Amino acid sequence: MLTVAPSRRTRSAVVAAVAAAFALSGLAGCANSEAKTDTSSTGTSGTGTSTAANSNASSGTNTGTTSTGTDSAASNTLTVRDPWVKAADTGMTAAFATLVNNTQTDVTIESATSPASPIELHTMAMKDGKMVMEPKQGGFVIKAGATHELAPGGDHLMLMSPSAAVKPGDELAFTLTLAGGGTVAFTAVAKPFAGAQESYDPGMTMPSASAHS
Amino acid sequence: MAGLGAAAAGGAALVVRPGDPLPASFTSLGTGEATIGFHGPRQAGVTTEPPAHAAFVALTLNRGSDRDTLRRMLRLLTDDVARLTRGEPALGDTDAQLAVLPAALTVTFGFGPGLYQAAGLTSPVADLPGFSIDRLQDRWSGGDLLLQICADDALTVTHTQRMLIKDARPFAAVRWVQRGFRRSPGVHAAGFTQRNVFGQLDGTANPKDAAMETAVWAPDGSTTLVVRRIRTEIETWDLLSVADKEAAVGRRMDSGAPLTGTAEHDEPDFTAVDDTGLPVMPDFAHVTRAHMTDPRFKILRRPYNYDEAPDSAGRPDSGLIFASYQADIARQYLPIQRRLAEKDLLNEWTTPIGSAVFAIPPGCSEGGWIGERFLDS
Repeated sequence: MLTVAPSRRTRSAVVAAVAAAFALSGLAGCANSEAKTDTSSTGTSGTGTSTAANSNASSGTNTGTTSTGTDSAASNTLTVRDPWVKAADTGMTAAFATLVNNTQTDVTIESATSPASPIELHTMAMKDGKMVMEPKQGGFVIKAGATHELAPGGDHLMLMSPSAAVKPGDELAFTLTLAGGGTVAFTAVAKPFAGAQESYDPGMTMPSASAHS
Repeated sequence: MAGLGAAAAGGAALVVRPGDPLPASFTSLGTGEATIGFHGPRQAGVTTEPPAHAAFVALTLNRGSDRDTLRRMLRLLTDDVARLTRGEPALGDTDAQLAVLPAALTVTFGFGPGLYQAAGLTSPVADLPGFSIDRLQDRWSGGDLLLQICADDALTVTHTQRMLIKDARPFAAVRWVQRGFRRSPGVHAAGFTQRNVFGQLDGTANPKDAAMETAVWAPDGSTTLVVRRIRTEIETWDLLSVADKEAAVGRRMDSGAPLTGTAEHDEPDFTAVDDTGLPVMPDFAHVTRAHMTDPRFKILRRPYNYDEAPDSAGRPDSGLIFASYQADIARQYLPIQRRLAEKDLLNEWTTPIGSAVFAIPPGCSEGGWIGERFLDS
């Protein structure tokens, strides 16, 4: 006969496993949910570094309400594809996109701005055996002709203190500033995204797994 | 039956012996890679050939919904659907691998009376009046927003349903979900009338071509949808002889021909009488009661079968997710439904247990969203 206890135990085991996976992928304390941290290629398709076969980008089409460059020279240089933001009622959140370098030289994104929040360029790094997020020194470098993923679990634009709730369906404006002064503007839609359950403690610079309740 | 199927497919049956290589038609990815365009003045999934699997997902809007929340929700969902129907993952799709085989995926948005109310607008559709045959249950009835998800693959439908519900969740709760199926692709020729769980050919009288245009579409590219969950009483249906079943419907069980004809699409002759002087098409037969000749009064039936787990005694939980599209529910659907409720022998073995109505707003162009024409003003 079935009793309640075994199913509870099963559920706890699942929760523990999920929590462990989150801790491994450096979830706690940052807006990340997936294990993929590679910035220029993925292991899924065995492609080279110049074309990322990724989990979020569309297959070669620049779609929908995505990128709109204001600086034509810079937006010819860099295409922002499939941008989105994790919706958040309060606190920090993150923006993701696929960045495509259309030129034969490396492009560096030095900074990003948004009317919605101060922005930092963040990356995930191994610190004391844990993946943690930290500001990306020197900015994001997108190799010549390459595609660079900003994705949960990897590089991202961190919205450090949004001035208002980022509601699902909201459209947020962003501007990337490139080395050399060019800018690329784009609009990203906010999506409910349950994958990143961690708390966004603005005071926490070295998050630990315990932040994940 | 076998002869009918072979004739419809127009070829001999394929037989593969163990160890033989599979013929190309077994290994082609054509079904999985098929796409149906999402953008356009009319929504897809209405007059497009119904694929094998469907989920009808009805949502209840959160209290306090208004044009702003509707706009945000519909923009998100429209973007998801535009991507998924191309075989691309939605933004933030955590199971992106499941998006790459769209299998003729369509998602059709329907707006219930509650959505218009939330937007402060007059609804073009109203709940159906009650019928004496109804045994409606709340769990299968009503809804503010409908997502009709159709594809030739059940896993594609599952992934699409999951993605859309996730993105709708800040705005609405799931009211009901009805999963249904028809014959799988390749089983018989496209356009062949499907069989329901009673074994009847279901949809023979559907309007086609110009008549379908007239029956379904309003000039602005909108239409309406009635969804009725109709339980089939298969235990008592099983007690009938084939002749009894044919009399109840007015059609032959094997060919679907009217009792006055020899082929499925022969027009029934309601004046024909047998040697006893009685009409060959009985007055109480389903076809006699439902028949319409003028396309302005016809409806486009696009039903799916359902078959849930039987109970412990083996009694089926099966039936039809009746879905009909028509330009005007009052002009087209209601007269037919009233006549069927009044007198239709088939009522003995069918019970409506759910009912919902939705306006199907016009489609949208690339970059647009469903509902923009009246919500963005």
